Amino acid sequence: MWKSANSMRSSRAGATLALFAGVALSALASGPAAAQGKQLTLCWAAWDPANALVELGKDFTKQSGIEMKYEFVPWTSYADRFLNELNSHGKLCDLIIGDSQWIGGAAENKWYVKLNDFFAKENISMDDFVPATVTGYSQWPKNTANYWALPAMADAVGWTYRKDWFSRPDIQAAFKAKHGRDLAPPATYDELKQIAEFFQGREIDGKKVYGAYMFTERGSEGITMGVTNVLYNYGFNYDNPKKPYQMQGFVNSPDAAKGLEFYKELYKCCTAPGMTNAYMQEGLDAFKSGQVAMQMNWFAFFPGLYKDPNVGGDKIGFFVNPAGPKAHFTQLGGQGISVVATSDRKDDALKYIKWFAQPAVQQKWWELGGYSALKAVVEAPGFPKSAAFAPQFLASMAIVKDFWAEPSYAQLLLDMQKRVHDYVVADKGTSQQALDLLVKDWSKVFGEQGKRVAAD
Amino acid sequence: MTIAAHSVVQSSPRAKTFAGAFVILYAVITILPLLWIVATAFKSQSDAIAYPPKLIFQPTLEGFVNLFTVRTRQTPDFIAKLPPPETWYDKLVRERDMVIAGPSKVVPRFTNSLIIGFGSTFLAVLLGTLSAYAFSRFRIPLADDLLFFILSTRMMPPVAVAIPIYLMYRQLGLTDTRLGMILLYTAVNVSLAVWLLKGFIDEIPREYEEAALVDGYTRLQALRKVVLPQAVTGIAATAIFCLIFSWNEYAFAVLLTSGEAQTMPPFIPFIIGEGGQDWPAVAAATTLFVIPIVLFTILLRKHLLRGITFGAVRK
Amino acid sequence: MTTITQSDDASIRRISSSIASRRARHGRGLSDRTIAWLFVAPTIALLLAINIFPLLWMIKLSFTSLNLSMSYLPLRVVGLDNFSDILTDEDVWMRLQTTARFVISSVMLQVIVGFSLALLINRQFRGHSFWTTIILLPMMLSPAVVGNFWTLLFQPQIGPFNYVVSVFTGVPPSSFSMTGEVALAPWTIVLVDTWMWAPYVMLICLAGLRSIPDYIYEAAEVDRASAWRQFWSITLPMAVPFLMLAVLFRAIENFKMFDMVNLLTSGGPGSTTELVSITLKRAAFEKWRTGYSSALAIILFVTVFGAANIYVKLLNRVKQR
Repeated sequence: MWKSANSMRSSRAGATLALFAGVALSALASGPAAAQGKQLTLCWAAWDPANALVELGKDFTKQSGIEMKYEFVPWTSYADRFLNELNSHGKLCDLIIGDSQWIGGAAENKWYVKLNDFFAKENISMDDFVPATVTGYSQWPKNTANYWALPAMADAVGWTYRKDWFSRPDIQAAFKAKHGRDLAPPATYDELKQIAEFFQGREIDGKKVYGAYMFTERGSEGITMGVTNVLYNYGFNYDNPKKPYQMQGFVNSPDAAKGLEFYKELYKCCTAPGMTNAYMQEGLDAFKSGQVAMQMNWFAFFPGLYKDPNVGGDKIGFFVNPAGPKAHFTQLGGQGISVVATSDRKDDALKYIKWFAQPAVQQKWWELGGYSALKAVVEAPGFPKSAAFAPQFLASMAIVKDFWAEPSYAQLLLDMQKRVHDYVVADKGTSQQALDLLVKDWSKVFGEQGKRVAAD
Repeated sequence: MTIAAHSVVQSSPRAKTFAGAFVILYAVITILPLLWIVATAFKSQSDAIAYPPKLIFQPTLEGFVNLFTVRTRQTPDFIAKLPPPETWYDKLVRERDMVIAGPSKVVPRFTNSLIIGFGSTFLAVLLGTLSAYAFSRFRIPLADDLLFFILSTRMMPPVAVAIPIYLMYRQLGLTDTRLGMILLYTAVNVSLAVWLLKGFIDEIPREYEEAALVDGYTRLQALRKVVLPQAVTGIAATAIFCLIFSWNEYAFAVLLTSGEAQTMPPFIPFIIGEGGQDWPAVAAATTLFVIPIVLFTILLRKHLLRGITFGAVRK
Repeated sequence: MTTITQSDDASIRRISSSIASRRARHGRGLSDRTIAWLFVAPTIALLLAINIFPLLWMIKLSFTSLNLSMSYLPLRVVGLDNFSDILTDEDVWMRLQTTARFVISSVMLQVIVGFSLALLINRQFRGHSFWTTIILLPMMLSPAVVGNFWTLLFQPQIGPFNYVVSVFTGVPPSSFSMTGEVALAPWTIVLVDTWMWAPYVMLICLAGLRSIPDYIYEAAEVDRASAWRQFWSITLPMAVPFLMLAVLFRAIENFKMFDMVNLLTSGGPGSTTELVSITLKRAAFEKWRTGYSSALAIILFVTVFGAANIYVKLLNRVKQR
């Protein structure tokens, strides 16, 4: 009687459970796949230049016999994922093209291999690279001869616009009638706002279009990378040039507050609906689908945009980040390539860097869609003609300014993301209040590190 | 005794029709988002992000091809010079001026989900059954407190639990390993498993085992021959819950894995196409990922109800 | 299967317990005590290793200034500084408020919807089993994947949600953004969460409704109680323990909520949907402030544990009535 009757239900359940157990046991028995042959894993963000690098890397494999494997992560989780990887002393990456702002943390925490000796041995001179990229992507502490990366991808924020719309006679006439000047890519932010307002809501080819696309992303770095372009040009400074880490009156000066206000006004008046959490990819979508007249984005995407069948070629134009009342800067992007200190294949990784630094390879890098930082490439006489956006790229690299690259940069960035998004998108408080709170946030971060912040 | 027309016990046909209509309406509305996603898996890139959204479209397997491959864009001249495409998916990709560069990571990720999901479920149910049996049949000191402690481990947000686990795994070299994830998920699931299974095993009368013992079987044999067969439905219900948790878990997976041991939930939302998210590929991945769970749920749905019941009937 | 009669039952129990205890003493096969410990030990060991030891470590960390991305700095023991920082930080209180509002609204909505569905399904109309399974489907999905694909559905220009709303209300689709507007975003996360978990509440309520014995209703019929009266005095009171249990489970889960909301809104716009788990994740894994986030985690745990304890005591009292 205790040999209980197995009901129909429990036998079916039993069979399913047996299936579970079978899969589970066979699964538990499987181990990690064995590595075959020489290979290197390169970690970067998943975007157009990464695909170009894959193409370029085929030459390296041919030359050295080392197979290249890639780990590309979308920008929105790029910092998250790879800082996690570096912090956990992971073995995934041998080479990493880390963001410029990671340099401080990477150097202090010894995540990257210091490259000074390697450069000396292989006769790679940092003087051969554009100075802004050396300072921005490779040095820590800044302005000292300590190199932790080879400048790999020079980048900055720029703007694209619909040249075809700007050249239409009816549109030109309407603009001239309204504003008394010719329609042309803006040189100042006031001009940009005017143009954006002009296009906002206009019907072009039967579809309603909008003026501009701006960064507003909340999670990683989007809105900060957008807002700084305006803030710099309204007089914002990270700290007192004469007294490092003194931020009161520089971060939250009345001019800076005006700049932040301007960004919000531009966002509210002249952008497409629903762009409350938008960064690089949404901008490309918006521009490619013909929704906006002007788009803020990184130069990295311009080669791909130029090739786009719908909006590329003659239809697309480029302009440098416009000037503001007080200054003319643009936000620095770009990355350097480094060797991860926990890698087991450091020698092979250094071989890759040696190969990548060659002028011929750098030239091909530019041609495939990457942005070389080598002077020999960008200062060559034929460079400005080599691409439609080359002159704007050169001009931008001359006026770049970067965010903090401190080891604590993640905290500083996230604080700014919160304060700026709260004000611009979530309508919280005034711009002055937002910046005042930001100074408080940043003072706290530096205070915890023991960096004396001179009180005002 | 006649049952009145408005009785709750036996509803009138009119009440049934009303109830049925409302429930069917709710079911249809609730399934629509899911249907949209499954439909998106069969749309082309431009149809998926068409503005305004398209209800009628030309179905294509592009999304699935995009999910399983890595492609690079080439110029039309380059494509013209290549030998003719060998397979249907090659052809599909070439039509978009792209060339397949290799397989994507979706198969390893899906395999990881299978291994980690089923592995941790198996271990959790195994440990849970044994512990539940012990709690049910033997007097274990501090049993009630132990049980509550076991359950309270589920009250912490996964992000909080991940903080020390991250440090611990870092030291032990368990970050980004399948073993590490299986251990973690087992530990999280075993608390629910013990709790649920104790409820089921409590229901099985002791008389049967005692009779077996009288007949000369050892305790272990009694467990195997008497208790387990009767507990199978409870075990199935518990297994389903554990599997659903491990299968769908995101927080631990995104914080503690990166390459080797990454499962599908941290992979799917970050499938990038040429512009933004490759929505057809994301939708394809979502559809494929949900199929095993739906299958098991349909097969064992009666057990699911029992499982939730036991959550309800016990403390 | 033969049934055991009363007398047999008693004698068997008497005999078998004496045999069993004799066996335990004589050690034929493994003794009961050994088996008990053998069975429980692995579970306890695993929980100690993965839950308790890390919790203790975390308590230790919460008294330090550890920042993983600046681990080269000397580790300072800061006592209760982290705790006082958190408890006096207005932003943290705002996040707790946001989380509380989310938990309360979503659980309330799920209970209303779930209980109503259970009542309707309990009518057992034709095909109810099939439709119940359909309703269960959203529960089977990964919350992270759900959060991600709802961003597509909520897109003002290319997503179907706004278009459906505009068909019914005449409001133009691109004039509002469910995930982007300060007024709408908190309700959006409640909506998606309810879509996912109302079926769960429905299942619990169904179990509860089915456990109400028929004879109670039949007795009420005899007393000529109306259907409404039956609902208020029989159905509802007997379903309350189940409802309370559903509320407990859903409330705990929603307090822990991270993946769905993070992928749907990133906590935005601004911080209007930033739940406390998202804050914790940012502090711990983006700012790498391990000491600070450990303190926050402990505060959260104590809060939930305390609240759950009080609630369970209340629930037990209701059940006894």
